[in-house]
Amino acid sequence: MHQTDKKSLEILACKVRLGIVESVHSARAGHPGGSLSAAEMFTYLYFKELNIDPKNPQWEDRDRFVLSKGHTAPGLYAALAHRGFFPVEDLTQLRHLGSYLQGHPNMRTVPGVDMSTGSLGQGISAAAGMALAGKYQKKDFRVYTLLGDGEIQEGQVWEACMLAAHYKLDNLCIIVDNNGLQIDGNIAKVMSPYPIVDKLQSFGFHVETIDAHDFDQIENALNIAHTVKGKPTAIVMKSVKGKGVSFMENNAGWHGKATNEAEFEIAMTELKAALAELEGK
Amino acid sequence: MAEVKKLATRDGYGKALVELGAQYPDVVALDADLAGSTKTGMFQKAYPDRHFNCGIAEGNMMCVAAGLASTGLVPFASSFAMFAAGRAFEQIRNSIGYPALNVKIGATHGGISVGEDGASHQCCEDFALMRSIPGMVIICPADAVEAEAAVKAAYLHKGPVYLRFGRLAVPVFHEEGFEFKIGKGEVMRDGTDVAISATGLLVYEAVQAGEKLAEMGINAMIINMSTVKPIDEELVLSAARKCGRIVTCEEHSIVGGLGEAVCAVLSEKLPTHVRRIGVNDVFGESGPANALLKAYGLSAENIVEVTKDFCGK
Repeated sequence: MHQTDKKSLEILACKVRLGIVESVHSARAGHPGGSLSAAEMFTYLYFKELNIDPKNPQWEDRDRFVLSKGHTAPGLYAALAHRGFFPVEDLTQLRHLGSYLQGHPNMRTVPGVDMSTGSLGQGISAAAGMALAGKYQKKDFRVYTLLGDGEIQEGQVWEACMLAAHYKLDNLCIIVDNNGLQIDGNIAKVMSPYPIVDKLQSFGFHVETIDAHDFDQIENALNIAHTVKGKPTAIVMKSVKGKGVSFMENNAGWHGKATNEAEFEIAMTELKAALAELEGK
Repeated sequence: MAEVKKLATRDGYGKALVELGAQYPDVVALDADLAGSTKTGMFQKAYPDRHFNCGIAEGNMMCVAAGLASTGLVPFASSFAMFAAGRAFEQIRNSIGYPALNVKIGATHGGISVGEDGASHQCCEDFALMRSIPGMVIICPADAVEAEAAVKAAYLHKGPVYLRFGRLAVPVFHEEGFEFKIGKGEVMRDGTDVAISATGLLVYEAVQAGEKLAEMGINAMIINMSTVKPIDEELVLSAARKCGRIVTCEEHSIVGGLGEAVCAVLSEKLPTHVRRIGVNDVFGESGPANALLKAYGLSAENIVEVTKDFCGK
């Protein structure tokens, strides 16, 4: 990837992180940890990968993205807002009464959201359905879905994987955010889903493993997914939960809670400093 | 008297789906390893490229259907009522109901007339489960001809529809070409002493009961309430006004089904005495379908008994 491209993506990812922290703080509730761990992926998908049109969110030939780990809506909303689907200022309306920015993605109220999700394990099935529709209608659009590593404890995830391989859905790319933590703690201790790569391979997926915070690796894996034929692709990305905010990093306690005023100030100061450095100010 | 033609409502479903498929390329069908039993195997045979067997994974199937619908296709997802409404309830609630996606759920083998398979497969809770989902339309046709018409009406309706069909062959009494209107009850017989509002295979039983009651001097109005939700409020109220007493009949638990839907309308708008005939908050059991229906009071004889008593005769 060209260095200037990479720099602009890193700047955008930092802005997405700022959006996550601000929106969750204003909501007084939400899920910052898993939103922050996937900030680079949200950014790359919405700014480089997806064939979409913010002016026409319902364009029928668009690529689809399903946030199977729907609780990380703050990350998705921040990416959508910066991509132009709705005003960035609206992010602070997250979870407010009467707001279109519902706590979990709502396809009927949020422009750019392709599927209502929130109940874990269901988004990947819907994404497989969209990919199946693309095959039946002989359309070129691709479908992407992002899952949590705790989410894959849901049996339905594996039902969907079976179906995706059975119907040779090479237009489907699933991404597993392997930040290693779920609400009750370390995923390996709560209910180990490991070995994730072996499981996905045995279910018939082509699997790529990457560092979730490295845009070169993200780009490379997604480019490979385009070339894989006859089977779906899975990208398992090793990430840091809470990435970018020092006190949230690798801390399960920040899976689903908002900052208090003092924490908010620290988080914003850190992210603004990182942004200033990236922008060379 | 000529032998009455009998067909299961699931046969009407299979036939209508094939006809819809010929007319509309956006119709697709999904199954969970029961295509032969749900009669969607007929669709599979006619259009193999748009029938998707999902294997024994009903929850996944409902969400796959949601994904298909989100792209503009009109999926009919089928399984037994127990596994469609029961096992996949939360998937239907969150991935179909909440986003109001245009998925049609074809649930066969509803009620205790499943027969020999016993209680594990006799779903008497599906109306209750589906009624609790905002925007869900629930249709339970009375015979195969009505089933065919209902499937076509469900296709034309934009939004989720739960269609409940039976396994048992039951008398066909609707005329070919019958036009189905979602949300409209059908008055099978007019009357003034009592209104009997039935759904599914109990409509025919209610009609038979109406004739016997007439011989006893009880003039019963018989209603085919094939749309369980949205309930035909206007008809419920006019029947209550005219008759003053209502009996409800359903092959479903008395908890949460047609009976309670009728009571909800009446208790708020026109308090009227009601007797509910249904499965009395118990599980079913194995046995031949017709014997089971009799044993659980889902028969013309029991409708006559309950109605006679209700009318003080």
